[in-house]
Amino acid sequence: MIITPVLTVLMGLPIQYAIAASIIAVIATSSGATIAYLRDDMLNLRVAMFLEIGTTVGAIVGAIVTGMVPSNILYWLFGALLVFSTYNMIRKLIGKTDAAPADHPDELATKLKLNGSYYDKATKKQVDYTVTNVPGGMTMMFGAGLASGMLGIGSGAFKVIAMDTIMKMPLKPSSATSNLMMGVTAAASATVYFFNGSLRPEIAVPLALGILGGALIGSRIMPIMPTRLLRMIFVPIIGFMGIQMLLKGFGVTI
Amino acid sequence: MQNRERDQMHEETKYVELLIGRIMRIGVIAAVVVLLIGLVLMLFQGGNYATGSQPHRFGTIFTGLLHGQADAVMMVGLFLLILTPVLRVVVSIYAFMVEHDRLYVWITTVVLVILAVAMVIGYFG
Repeated sequence: MIITPVLTVLMGLPIQYAIAASIIAVIATSSGATIAYLRDDMLNLRVAMFLEIGTTVGAIVGAIVTGMVPSNILYWLFGALLVFSTYNMIRKLIGKTDAAPADHPDELATKLKLNGSYYDKATKKQVDYTVTNVPGGMTMMFGAGLASGMLGIGSGAFKVIAMDTIMKMPLKPSSATSNLMMGVTAAASATVYFFNGSLRPEIAVPLALGILGGALIGSRIMPIMPTRLLRMIFVPIIGFMGIQMLLKGFGVTI
Repeated sequence: MQNRERDQMHEETKYVELLIGRIMRIGVIAAVVVLLIGLVLMLFQGGNYATGSQPHRFGTIFTGLLHGQADAVMMVGLFLLILTPVLRVVVSIYAFMVEHDRLYVWITTVVLVILAVAMVIGYFG
């Protein structure tokens, strides 16, 4: 999410190339995390695979649309996204708890075997959960894929909203599952960018190698880094970049 | 009974998840090695690659490889990296087969087909 603004605003790269390079960064992040942690008990593979039908289709549509719209619209959308993310991060800083679990099993979710369970390390308990509103979640996932393909982002926040807010899946399995989905979603739009010439290796390769190296180090220090501190560092940066990109969309450069 | 069934399913899922992790690790390492070779080649060849003329068709990438062009090597590395999540989908199909979950073998195959369609759209679109 931070890569496109840095490449365009700070380094002056045309946004189409920045988006393609950034989607490679998303894949590197997702694959890097998978190999660093090897496996994740929180993950719900069925939810991931089922909802990926929505995200991958969205991502393809997004990648095609990006090639057709003028770049100031892309700046505008990206700026709006960053401002939204800033708001979302501030909301998390203030504090957010798990949504109330679905009280009755959903027929479609049961048929699709989407209900799962995970081991909560904090309470040391196996938690069973059910999910609900599958069509709503799928629709949101299509939107998340669209945003991912259009703007070269992982759209993790949108995916978590789809699972946790709409489908009432607990937050921990939601974010673990969204990490897995990010890579597959990004692969869909990345192949479009790869073959249509938007992917520039001299930009994407150093990015990908840096991220994979960082993921290995990050997985060692992340558990001891307080998330709250990270958010407090990132909120002003992302907020500032969002405003700057919005202005760029309107033709103003600071 | 239900608990035992769940534990058994959990064990199988654990095994499969470990397998997926190992295969992903091989895929990512392969991509990294090719990317590093490409990067080193670019530093040595020192040419100006910021022209946006990188090869992005199978044919041009292949001839670029034969001539030892850095950008062709890097494109192959990037392609391998893009394939790592695809690899994960492929292995998951196998995982659901092991669990005799036909519904999810189908669902995961649909995801794989969508990814293949993306490639076709990118190539010919």
